[in-house]
Amino acid sequence: MQLNNKNIEIWSRIGARATFGMVLLELEKKFPNLIVLAADTSTSAGLDRFRKNVTEKYIEVGIAEQNMIGIASGLSSENFKVVTTTFAPFQTMRCCEQIKVHLGYMKRDICMVGLASGIVLGTLGYTHCCIEDISIIRSIPGITILSPADCGETAKAIYAALKHDKPTYIRLTGGSNNPIVYKDDYDFQISKGVKLMDGDDIAIIATGTMVFKSLQAAKELKNKNINCSVTNIHTINPIDKKLIEELAKKSKLIVTVEEHSVQGGLGTAISEINSRIKNSPPQVMIGIPSEYSDAGDYEFLLDKFGLTVEKITNKIKNEFSKKIK
Amino acid sequence: MNNLEKKINKIKKMCLNMRKNVLDMAMNAGSESSHFGGGLSIIEITATLYGAVMNYDLKNPKWKLRDKFILSKGHGVLGLYAALAEVGIITKNDLANFEKSNGFLFGHPIMNIEKGIEVSSGSLGMGLSVGIGMAIASIKKKLKNKIFVLLGDGECNEGSNWEAFMSAPKYKLDNLFLILDRNNLQQTGSSKDIMDIGDMSEKLRNFGWHVIEVNGHNIDELLKSFSSNIKNKPIAIVANTIKGKGFSFSENNNDWHHKILSKSQYEIAINELGLK
Repeated sequence: MQLNNKNIEIWSRIGARATFGMVLLELEKKFPNLIVLAADTSTSAGLDRFRKNVTEKYIEVGIAEQNMIGIASGLSSENFKVVTTTFAPFQTMRCCEQIKVHLGYMKRDICMVGLASGIVLGTLGYTHCCIEDISIIRSIPGITILSPADCGETAKAIYAALKHDKPTYIRLTGGSNNPIVYKDDYDFQISKGVKLMDGDDIAIIATGTMVFKSLQAAKELKNKNINCSVTNIHTINPIDKKLIEELAKKSKLIVTVEEHSVQGGLGTAISEINSRIKNSPPQVMIGIPSEYSDAGDYEFLLDKFGLTVEKITNKIKNEFSKKIK
Repeated sequence: MNNLEKKINKIKKMCLNMRKNVLDMAMNAGSESSHFGGGLSIIEITATLYGAVMNYDLKNPKWKLRDKFILSKGHGVLGLYAALAEVGIITKNDLANFEKSNGFLFGHPIMNIEKGIEVSSGSLGMGLSVGIGMAIASIKKKLKNKIFVLLGDGECNEGSNWEAFMSAPKYKLDNLFLILDRNNLQQTGSSKDIMDIGDMSEKLRNFGWHVIEVNGHNIDELLKSFSSNIKNKPIAIVANTIKGKGFSFSENNNDWHHKILSKSQYEIAINELGLK
């Protein structure tokens, strides 16, 4: 799955969900044993063409996520490469115990794709937002969690997940016209964090949509003579412990940024490592507070939770001056 | 004696041995206790399946054409382990380690294909969906094997089963057999009182299943139902059973849902089996 100017441009325009559908249409040729299960969500997942053209590899399970995971488990036991998909809250929570038993306990090689996670569907209310999925899936032993930073990385994550034979959850965030983090092709490896920018003062560690915003914020901060490194943690489990330890040892402050609850997500995963390091630097967690508040559109909610470039920049600047001086 | 009678006699003998196995496991479990009643209600079902219906290869447990059995009501392990031991998939010695830390036979089945356990269960309402996935897989791979899933009636309180009931006919899974252990009791009382699931035969038929209702302790009826050759529809066998079947003190007595078997009860039971 190589990136080029053309596919980067198209994918970022159509957004992560449609990219998923397009990429699967391409990848099914490489994976003869692929089966895709959707819960009345083929159009939401960009799978309309897949459903119509690759009928033998598509199974419609209806709005029944618990059954979907069970069926996926049975297919997986016969060595089918199974992908399931629906909106993130239903993909992770409606069938949470099935995920525990089948992907966790029985280690079934199933790839679940959670659509429109985070707060991009804010106008539909919190039933359709998903600020809990990383936390929930992280608590079930043995499930790889991928959280791509842009649409090119979404494509790479899907390919990597199909190649690796472990249970996986892919968390798709952002809407359409997604900003591009990776303008050139690069090597995507599960569990390998990617340092996108160097800087000695602060280590910004981000995932999903917040990687691009963190890069922008780091550029702003550089103008103010605050040097930040920016690292993309596209794999939240198993996490790149070595890289995080290196960052923690070299930096005066760690900042985690995520479009997810600050309880149990990327920030928590980083703090679990950071807290075990002698003389570890303080950590600032930027993310969504653990509470359900009023609904609103994506930009409104991002602003409300301090997830804009401006607010991330100011927050880091203030915390840096408080904690370092 | 004709072939059918011979077959029935063989399975009846198996059932007798299996009830003895159940008693031994329940005794071995000691204070850990065991799900006694729900294990005994399915003895004739598992005996018929393992003794006469299912294809498997003792030398190759992973044989790709093997028929598969899923104990969705994972609480019924006594009825499963007893059958596995009786046909030689596991040993009598393995049964002695039932619920022991160094064994592999626990209070709910833990997936172990080498030992004939296809899936981990115990959390109710998950087995039928897996069976559907396996049945679809077999059809896609053009394998001629069959998938058997055993559900409890109490288990049917779980909504996930109803998602599965709805979907199996959609996929036209004529290689899938659902067996419902209709013993009318669940942990804290009668199914009618706890949550009445009503006429399951009619409900499954309305969902599009081919339904056969049998006496779940009648081997002749069970054999006939498993030989059903219906096309394009999954088959549901609603087996009317008696919880705790086989012993005077446990039949239809819900105290035996999960209970410690005493030495004196063991002796009574052995007597009732005619083994003393």
